[in-house]
Amino acid sequence: MGRIRIIPVLLLDKGGLYKTVNFKNPIYIGDPINSVKIFNEKEADELLLLDYRASIEKRGPNFAKIAEIAGEAFMPMAYGGGIRTLDEAKQVFDSGFEKVVLNSILFDDLSLVQKIGATYGAQAVVGCIDFKQNLFGGKRVYGLSGSKKSSYTPLQWAKKLEDSGVGEIMINSIEKDGTWGGYSLDVISEVSHSVKIPVIACGGAGSSDDLKAAVKAGASAVAAGSLFVFQKKGMGVLISFPSALQIRI
Amino acid sequence: MIAIINYGLGNLTSIQNMCRRLGLEAVITDDPQIISDASKLILPGVGHFKRGMENLHRSGLKPLLDDLVLEKKKPILGICLGAQLMTKHSQEGDVDGLGWVDASTVRFDQSKDNSMKVPHMGWSEIAITSQNPLWSDLPAEPRFYFVHTYHFLFSEQEEVSATCYHSYDFACAFKKNNIYGTQFHPEKSHKFGMRILENFNKL
Repeated sequence: MGRIRIIPVLLLDKGGLYKTVNFKNPIYIGDPINSVKIFNEKEADELLLLDYRASIEKRGPNFAKIAEIAGEAFMPMAYGGGIRTLDEAKQVFDSGFEKVVLNSILFDDLSLVQKIGATYGAQAVVGCIDFKQNLFGGKRVYGLSGSKKSSYTPLQWAKKLEDSGVGEIMINSIEKDGTWGGYSLDVISEVSHSVKIPVIACGGAGSSDDLKAAVKAGASAVAAGSLFVFQKKGMGVLISFPSALQIRI
Repeated sequence: MIAIINYGLGNLTSIQNMCRRLGLEAVITDDPQIISDASKLILPGVGHFKRGMENLHRSGLKPLLDDLVLEKKKPILGICLGAQLMTKHSQEGDVDGLGWVDASTVRFDQSKDNSMKVPHMGWSEIAITSQNPLWSDLPAEPRFYFVHTYHFLFSEQEEVSATCYHSYDFACAFKKNNIYGTQFHPEKSHKFGMRILENFNKL
C-alpha cells in the first residue's frame, strides 16, 4: 500500500468553522481562512468543507465565503451544502473547488449527479451517505443533517449512488461523529467491497490507528473532523495533520 | 505573462490563485490577442474530453493555438484534461484531440487488476524518467495530486518525462519541444506544484 489519502472535514456555518458531536452541539473552531492556511503549511492531502446546515435551513451555498476560502487553499478542495442545481455546482467549481459533495438533494433528484458529471466528470461528484443504527442493529440512511430518515440501508443507497454516476462515496456514521471511538468498520468494509468506486470513511476517528483500520477495512480515503481540529477528546482547538511518516501503512 | 486559456472547462481559478501566491502574472482569458501576446500558455481542464474538444473548436481558438504552439513554439503547459487534449485521440467520447504529441488517451484498464479503483484519485509519487526544466529543484520525493479515469499512452517513450503507478505504471507527464503536459494538478499540489509552475514561468 502507498499513502493513505487523509481528508480533514471542516464544518462551515455563518462564516465560521464548527465541530459537532452526533451532528449536534456545535463547538466553534475558528476562522476558516486561518484554518486553511494552517492546513496548507501542514500539507494536508485534501480538504472537505461542508456548510452542514444549508439544506436543513433551505439555503444555497455562500458563494462569496467559499470562494474566499478556496482562494487560500493549495490542495484539492471539496464543497458540500445546499447544492441543488447544476448552476450552483458550476459556481462552486468556478470558485476553485475540484469536487462537490451531494447528500440531501439526492433523495429528491438523483439525476443531478449525471448533469454535473457530464460537464465536470464523475470524479468531481462525491455522494455523501449519513447513516444511523437503530436499537435492533438495522442501519438506515438519513438526509438533512441526520434529521430525515430514508428507507435505504447504507449498502442499498451506496449501490444506487454508484449507479447514478457518483465518482466517490463518503460514508459517515452519525452515531460516531465527534466521539473519537473509531470508524464504523463493518459498514465501511461492506460498502467498499460492494462498489467499484473509491469510498471515504468518515465519523469517529480518534487516532492514526483508526485511520489505518479504515483503510484495512477497504476505504480508499479517510476523513475526520475532531482528530484534526482538537488537541484531544474534550480539549481545546488545535489544528493538526499527521506527517507522511505517521500515515504510511 | 501567462495566459490561462479559458475554453469553458476547469480549474482556472485554482491555477490563477497559485500563480498569484507565487507572484506570477497570470490572466484567465479567451481573447485571441491576449493569448497571442502572452509569453507562456496554460491549457487547463477538468471534465469530459469530448466536451473539451467541442469547446475548443467552438471557441475558434484551435487554429490560433496550433499556430502559437507548433509554429511559434510558445511554451505551453497542459494540465490534466488540458494535457490529454494534446494527444491524438481519446477513448473518452471516441474523439480526436489536438494531436500535438504522439500519444492517445485511454481508460485505466481495470481488467489488469480486479481490485483497482477508478478514478485514480489522490496523492502519488512520480518517477522522473527524463530530465527537463520543469523538474529542476523539486523537493525530495515529489508527490502530486491526481484525479483521472483516463491516462496518456505514448508510442514514443522518449516524450514521456515521468511515470506514476496505479495498479500498473502509466505515463503521467510529457515534454515534446515546447509542449509540456502533466496528468496531475500542480495547482493543487502544495510546494511540489508551486515549484513546477515557477519552473514553467522561467522557461
